[in-house]
Amino acid sequence: MHLIQNFPFISIILCLASGVVSSVLSGKNAKRLCISLVSLLGILNSMVLFYVWKTKESYTFMMGHFPAPWGNELRIGVLESLMAVFFCAIMLLSLCGGMKRIFKDVEEEKTNLYFVMIDLMLSSLLAIIYTNDLFTAYVFVEINTIAACALIMIRNNGHSLVAAAKYMIMSLLGSGLILMALSMLYDLSGHLLMSNIKEAVAQILPGSQYEIPLTVVIALLCVGLAIKSALFPFHSWLPDAYGFSTPSSSAILSSLVSKAYIFLLIKIFYRVIGMDVMIDHKITNALFFFAVIGMLMGSLSAIKEHDIRRLIAFSSVAQIGYIYMGIGLGTKAGMMAALFHILSHAASKSMLFIAASGLSEVSGNSKDFTDLKGSGYRNKIAGIGFTVGALSMVGIPLFAGFTSKVYFAEAAVNASTSKMAIGMVILAISTILNAVYFIRAVISIYTPRNEHFIVPGYKPAVTFSVAMVFFIVLNFVLGIFSNPIMDAIEVGLKMFA
Amino acid sequence: MGGNLLTNFYEAVAVILFGIGFTTLLLHRNMIKKILGFNIMDTAIYLFLAVKGYITGGMAPILTNGVEEQAYYINPVPSGLVLTGIVVSVSVTALMLALTIRLYRRYHTLDIDKMSMLAKKEDL
Repeated sequence: MHLIQNFPFISIILCLASGVVSSVLSGKNAKRLCISLVSLLGILNSMVLFYVWKTKESYTFMMGHFPAPWGNELRIGVLESLMAVFFCAIMLLSLCGGMKRIFKDVEEEKTNLYFVMIDLMLSSLLAIIYTNDLFTAYVFVEINTIAACALIMIRNNGHSLVAAAKYMIMSLLGSGLILMALSMLYDLSGHLLMSNIKEAVAQILPGSQYEIPLTVVIALLCVGLAIKSALFPFHSWLPDAYGFSTPSSSAILSSLVSKAYIFLLIKIFYRVIGMDVMIDHKITNALFFFAVIGMLMGSLSAIKEHDIRRLIAFSSVAQIGYIYMGIGLGTKAGMMAALFHILSHAASKSMLFIAASGLSEVSGNSKDFTDLKGSGYRNKIAGIGFTVGALSMVGIPLFAGFTSKVYFAEAAVNASTSKMAIGMVILAISTILNAVYFIRAVISIYTPRNEHFIVPGYKPAVTFSVAMVFFIVLNFVLGIFSNPIMDAIEVGLKMFA
Repeated sequence: MGGNLLTNFYEAVAVILFGIGFTTLLLHRNMIKKILGFNIMDTAIYLFLAVKGYITGGMAPILTNGVEEQAYYINPVPSGLVLTGIVVSVSVTALMLALTIRLYRRYHTLDIDKMSMLAKKEDL
């Protein structure tokens, strides 16, 4: 066994271990440990990505050397390691960008706990990405929920506490449904490992007595994960949770946590139930339906907002709709577009949250657009970052958002006629709506006024500027050099099933 | 239909309990009752798992008197899942209770709608 093959498991264990160690460190040291851990994991996982890319096939990592139906497994392919590398990168940038605010928002003796939660969060994200066992996935989904809740509530003002409570309630509903679905699926198939379940599910013939339970299982799984990733009718927790937590938390929650659940859903689609069975049960149509409504409703709610953070949060609802629309098309091209949009949205949305925090920092910590006027001049790098993110969200060529929209449009054209028509129309309308509020926001931050906020000699923190520059570069890379990434996604999807 | 319901009596009860817990967690405004609902929901799933893992007449899956034949024991996996699930739900309950205490100290109410309103008023 090659040494590199152990890295995914080592990454998960390292995260958990450093979470434990951080709980006794001071805030500064916990920060150092956390940052070096995330960078180290980024390097380890990119080695894994390189290794799997070269060998051209996925491999299974047996925990404790127990073979298939009994043991617990990790399964590593190109797609999984690509996601892991990307998640590490986004997490590192979000942490660096919001570092100053973390130390300001969190009480001093509790800063190390923030990094404990980040470690736990990263371990659960990696485990969800890599695991080949449904019950392990469930356990780490719960760890993820707990860590996310703590990341929201650690700011300790009234709003974030209420937001955390709301988030927790919705998440628990979701995980209850997932657990129920898992129990039923275990009873149907007698297995917990994804590949074994798929073999059993393939034997359930249409019209047999187990077909209805299987439909129930699929519905429960999809609804559970949709609640957790804030698909349209279940998005009520999202604006508060993203709007009131510390910027790094919002960036991590919006760009990584919800995406990990969607990734788990895609994994279930391909590896547990099988894409054909999913399409036969018409679940893709249901997802498509809610996705297109979400694309419109998210944007319409965002237009009404005057709070910059809540505006970005509502735009997340619309963007999650895009991803589910890709999944709902039920074609390979749609799925690839959805996976690419996971990357491009994660890169743009975390940049927007971090940039917005930089803008409100020079506007008396206000998040209202009337106070933010002219902030683009006062904090230049944040202004540029926000503009790039906004243009990417709207879908201007060269930016990441444009590329994923092209892929969505391409996938929609090749889908069935009714879905093509609806998909194209909604894509067009949603783009216009995006433009309405994002361009308005950009114009607003570049309207010179409000002189009394000018702080003489203001300089943004170095980590913030560096993070911003990397975010901007990442956005352009995703926008211009999307072909190799799409190739990797295609190879990864093939290994996935 | 009716016959199936009778053979799957425990499963049916488990699903009904799950529904009760789910609706309580979703619709009740009182935080404590929400937590109770969450616990009912999770316990219902454990009942479901335990029933599904039970084989009539089977013993606990611990090797007794050197009997190695499978047929004498119940399925151990669901019991393991139940244990793991209990650990998860205990920690989530603890977190929710801690959150509720904090919210109660701040707003002197357990009603989540009132809390949101009070939080909005704090801004003004």
